[in-house]
Amino acid sequence: MSHLPRGEAPVLWVQDRMSQKEAGRPYLPGLGRRTVICVEVSRPVDVLWALEEGLRCTALGLVVGEVWGDPGALDFTATKRLAMRSEHYKVPCWLVRRSASPDLSAARNRWRVVSLPSLTHPEDPKAPGDPRWKVELFRSRDQRPGTWVARYDRAADRIDLSAPFRDGAVAEDDGAQWSRAAR
Amino acid sequence: MERNGAAPPDEVAAVLAREGQHGPVIHATNRAARLAGVTEGARVVDVKAICPDLHVEYADLAGDRLAQERLMLWARRWCPWTVLDGPDGVILETTGADHLLGGEAAMLTDMEARLSLLGLSAQLAVAPTWGAAWALARFGQVRAVCPADQAIPMLDPLPVAALRLQPETLLLLRRLGLKTIGSIAGVPRLSLTRRFASAELSANPLLRLDQAIGRLAEPVASADDRPRIRAEARLAEPIQDPTAYLPDLCSKLCSQMLHHGFGSRRLRLTVYCTDGELSTIEAATSAPVRDPNHLCRLFDGKLERINPGFGFDQILLEAVVVEPLEVVQTRFDGSAEDDLHLPRLIDRLTARFGERAVRRPVLHESHVPERAEVAVPALCDVQEMAPPVARERPARLLRVPEEIRVLYAVPEGPPVQFVWRRQTHRVTRYAGPERIAPEWWHDRPGTRLRDYFKVENESGQRLWLYREGLYDDGRGGAPRWFVHGMFV
Repeated sequence: MSHLPRGEAPVLWVQDRMSQKEAGRPYLPGLGRRTVICVEVSRPVDVLWALEEGLRCTALGLVVGEVWGDPGALDFTATKRLAMRSEHYKVPCWLVRRSASPDLSAARNRWRVVSLPSLTHPEDPKAPGDPRWKVELFRSRDQRPGTWVARYDRAADRIDLSAPFRDGAVAEDDGAQWSRAAR
Repeated sequence: MERNGAAPPDEVAAVLAREGQHGPVIHATNRAARLAGVTEGARVVDVKAICPDLHVEYADLAGDRLAQERLMLWARRWCPWTVLDGPDGVILETTGADHLLGGEAAMLTDMEARLSLLGLSAQLAVAPTWGAAWALARFGQVRAVCPADQAIPMLDPLPVAALRLQPETLLLLRRLGLKTIGSIAGVPRLSLTRRFASAELSANPLLRLDQAIGRLAEPVASADDRPRIRAEARLAEPIQDPTAYLPDLCSKLCSQMLHHGFGSRRLRLTVYCTDGELSTIEAATSAPVRDPNHLCRLFDGKLERINPGFGFDQILLEAVVVEPLEVVQTRFDGSAEDDLHLPRLIDRLTARFGERAVRRPVLHESHVPERAEVAVPALCDVQEMAPPVARERPARLLRVPEEIRVLYAVPEGPPVQFVWRRQTHRVTRYAGPERIAPEWWHDRPGTRLRDYFKVENESGQRLWLYREGLYDDGRGGAPRWFVHGMFV
């Protein structure tokens, strides 16, 4: 679902129970060769606790948290703690939120990702080809917000951003997901 | 030492066998077999010719060894120092311990009675040296007691086999005409030294004789069990919350572990309540740890599980399982590292959420999607498998496939429209089918094959559907459809 940064460092992937039921668990054969440490917890509070602990571990390449809905625990303070810790230890942190409202958050970049019909398959006109999304950077600390179409190039294993909706600066970040991402 | 537990009756000739170079050989015999002429070390097929109704069982050598170690520790009821002696003996250092049991003879009687209650027959002897005790127990009188100055006269009549020598040396001595220990002791020392100058200990009768009569020291180095690592706090007043005492206890524990060179794998915190109750909590680590802060944080969120009752006045923290841990300098300048190591992160997550919540998926050789990955403990060392055939697989998989209702143009083809989670999705594009047959060596008979389709709906969601079974496969009614995963 996402294009992970390169490197051999393991990924800590924390999900609450609702995310796991609704959107499934990360599936290794579809993610490629990489070490993923999956943590399944029941409450959103525990997701935040696990994320904070994971951000202190510089051996990790990425910390991903998935929270369903708008829990009370995920307020401005909690996101600010995550953002500051992530900046201090230089471990990227993605907070993936589904069926959530874009309320107050201290995340450095906040993205909204919606899937678009995929490109046509070069060999089979009936089959879906490379996937595309509409990504919208709707709040950012150091970049200009904008809307792009992201396209995953399977052959080159990278994500291309193009700007059909408006002329915005092309962000260098690989996208984050559905609603917003910290840092 | 023979085990009498569920042994055959004494009048039946029975032997234990072990694997030899050319088939099984006799490992141990009972009395009836010995009387029938069966000797240890002979081949079972040869012995069957002598004694056709021989009862043969295989010996459990590893089990015997474990039982002997347990017995060695159990024998510390009589004296503090005990040690294993070959495959069939235990040496007890009873100096200063015999008077507690009424003298040496009474102690031997007590030992024999208690060992027979365990179902063991024992040959016992007390002697001033290891070698003399070995000789007297096997070749001397029943329950022989040898005073310190009587070692030479008591050993003299015993055969040379009592000197713990190799079979080749025994053969040599027999050819030289030396049959008893006394005859060896009578040979001038100089000629014996010259004859066995280059022989090692187990082939040197002179050294063995010296050991037996105490001219050469042979100390009993007791096999000690691991040190008990524990820290305790006794409080003047009963309290309800141990949090304030925990850092101090952890640092005490860690300094003890540093002293012994161990790291803790499992910790147990016990509080002794004033109303006579005990309450314990445990924490485990994924690698040996000796860091007080880390150990302390393992109890975060667990201390609430303690039932303090009316308060407790004694706290005990012990390392239940310890493993050796070397001292490692992490940085050249010796400064502490601020960040958290991966094993410690795993420990914390495991301590808080349980072992089943923190897993690492690894690839597994299987075509069935839910078996293509297995979850192992996060720091478990598994062999990395080669990536499977490059078929496109979804990035996310539902734990339980969700059944959907479909409309299709042809029964074997892809769906045109389906209802999933009460929403109707129109299929705009599809790829497939990819047929995955059940694994007959795992699945129940009657499991149906699956045809997987990658479909995309009009809003761009890409899903992984499958149809279970075919229309006329004779394994149940109409095939059912499921959503199994989501593509990126």
